[in-house]
Amino acid sequence: MAENQYDAIVVGSGITGGWAAKELTEKGLKVLMLERGRNIEHVKDYVTANKNPWDFPHRGSATRDMREAHPVLRRDYPLNETTDGMWVNEQESPYVEKKRFDWYRAYHVGGRSLLWGRQSYRFNQWDFEANAKEGIGVDWPIRYNDIAPWYSYVEKFAGIQGSKEGLEVLPDGDFLPAMEMNCVEKDVAKRLKEHYKGSRHMFIGRSANLTKPIQERIQCQYRNRCWEGCPFGGYFSTQSSTLPAAMKTGKLTLRPFSIVKEILYDKDKKRATGVEIIDATNNQTYTYQAKTIFVCASAFNSSWLLMNSATDIWPDGLGSSSDALGRNVMDHHFKIGAGGVIEGYEDKYYYGRRPTGIYIPRFRNIYNDKRDYLRGFGYQGGAGREGYGREIAELQIGASFKEALCEPGKWTMSILAFGEMLPDPSNRIYLNKEKKDAWGLPVLEMDVELKENEIRMRKDMADDAVEMLTAAGVKNVHPFDWGYAVGMGIHEMGTARMGRDPKTSVLNGNNQVWDAQNVFVTDGACMTSGSCVNPSLTYMALTARAANFAVEELKKGNL
Amino acid sequence: MQRRELLKMIALVTGGAVIGGEFLLTGCSPVSNNKEFKLTQDQINWLNEIAETILPKTNTPGAKDANVGEFISTQVRDCYSVEDQQVFLKGMDQLEATCKEITGKPFLNCTAEEKTQVLIKIDTERKEWNTEKREEKHYFQMMKQLTLFGFFTSEPGATQALRYVAVPGRYDGCVDYTPGDRAWAS
Repeated sequence: MAENQYDAIVVGSGITGGWAAKELTEKGLKVLMLERGRNIEHVKDYVTANKNPWDFPHRGSATRDMREAHPVLRRDYPLNETTDGMWVNEQESPYVEKKRFDWYRAYHVGGRSLLWGRQSYRFNQWDFEANAKEGIGVDWPIRYNDIAPWYSYVEKFAGIQGSKEGLEVLPDGDFLPAMEMNCVEKDVAKRLKEHYKGSRHMFIGRSANLTKPIQERIQCQYRNRCWEGCPFGGYFSTQSSTLPAAMKTGKLTLRPFSIVKEILYDKDKKRATGVEIIDATNNQTYTYQAKTIFVCASAFNSSWLLMNSATDIWPDGLGSSSDALGRNVMDHHFKIGAGGVIEGYEDKYYYGRRPTGIYIPRFRNIYNDKRDYLRGFGYQGGAGREGYGREIAELQIGASFKEALCEPGKWTMSILAFGEMLPDPSNRIYLNKEKKDAWGLPVLEMDVELKENEIRMRKDMADDAVEMLTAAGVKNVHPFDWGYAVGMGIHEMGTARMGRDPKTSVLNGNNQVWDAQNVFVTDGACMTSGSCVNPSLTYMALTARAANFAVEELKKGNL
Repeated sequence: MQRRELLKMIALVTGGAVIGGEFLLTGCSPVSNNKEFKLTQDQINWLNEIAETILPKTNTPGAKDANVGEFISTQVRDCYSVEDQQVFLKGMDQLEATCKEITGKPFLNCTAEEKTQVLIKIDTERKEWNTEKREEKHYFQMMKQLTLFGFFTSEPGATQALRYVAVPGRYDGCVDYTPGDRAWAS
């Protein structure tokens, strides 16, 4: 095989790119993985991971210089001293906000798999049926049963800790032993169960943190600083998990600093033939050929790549024949919930810093519940004792003030809702050809907003939080709304949806682009609807499923 | 300041205190640059005295042992907006003026009792100011929150005033607590 020829090219190295590379190489394909940013080597390049809090000059705070360099990131918590250098250079890679859209990007090997929140939930059977039943968007071309074995497959490899609850609304998976709820959380869970007669549930948040060693990885050490990279490999990331597996096959070539500019398309064969890249270190262009291409560049960048490809045949890009490309942007809307104080546990505390909280699965619009909006929301949250930042009414300064702050304060319990956002074709992204990035490439323009359904849902998201905490005996409960802007969920979905009909969707039920069947898009872009649960586990399962299908098709000579 | 948001998010989704953490976590945000800001060593020493009065040495180290004055200066220089820097600088003068009114002396010449008396008066003023929800932050809000933040995240503060375990190794969600046991650092 010539030097620039591969069996498969994987664009992107985050959660889905890593999975695609692992699956394709393990099935014997020679794979080139292209990553637009720098390399980050497992453990060696986790530069802050072993620092103590006092080793950070600003103890974790974002500096003015950091805020100036990151006009988007500074809008929320991801910009801070512990992850400085792990986010996109916003000057090099701008985008246009027709309406405000917060886009938190990580351009390096591993992408956001290094930084993610690790919450890992299966979609349920209703998530795959709701669009068809309610006449929203298009029908998913698959059902829960199609993806269930792939959920199991990826869970076993990624390592997801959680408890089996036997709920239809949040199917159980192949879990590692669950992390523990603390004493307050256990009692709140019990009281919720009693109060709502078993119709609402609270249990430990299922997360991609190891509670037992698997592969070369050590179990979680309860430091709760995953986002700095874990020297123990205690959570799932490309670096800790899929990349070593792919490398072990000897069939993977990883090429950092490779900005994929377009997918090369042969209109006679109706197949992609390869990609053209710009090397970010020297601005030279290179082409690579492959029999199949997995586009795993993160939802919006995957769609960007399609939009920028084969424009001589389709002016709006590869996969645009249906007009669905770029439309139906979804996120999870959140930042709303409630919290309060809980009494009677002053003689209890906890040891260790657990990297997950609790989860309350959706209870709205299921079974006999009917609201004035569609779909629903779940809660993440947790209980803990107040730290040194609290005001103490009777003490202001001095020795007794200090001594009081050296002890833990009251127990508090808070929950935060994450709601489903409906696909809406008017929520869209498209190329803005006026503005260019540092490599002269067109950039994306965002035109996305919350619609009526989400706004109605948000009222319940706050009200139900107050009601449940109050029912569970939490005192002084108050709702909060920290203000959500679209994108803040960092769960971008849609823009190249799967469907049953090439006239209304970009991808078929195997994640193949209808117009170029050897091109697969398996990241958030492919989502037909968004559920209210964190989506990464579903991307993993869809990617493994699509990779398996692609290899079978290659063997049959169909691609 | 993004740390506020970060702490809120971490606390919320992993279990931890959010309510009541608001005092410490209010901070700077608007961006505008001023590379000129610099405090003298005398001013840093003065801040260390203020910080020590807020969090004195007891049977554990105090704010001065952690050189909190230096940390405050770094934080105001690198993280504060120019507007907040001005509030802070003006506050240093206001604090001195209040001190002279009460004691007739500069802060550094006061006895420990006098220092405490002055800062309690100013802290009471801060609380009233916050209740009125004024647009501008009270300078002592800045000084006090930076003192707490700087001290409890410092090595002496985290490891001696609080308990710090770099690698806990396990999680136990329900352990007995006896008054006097120290809180966990970060």
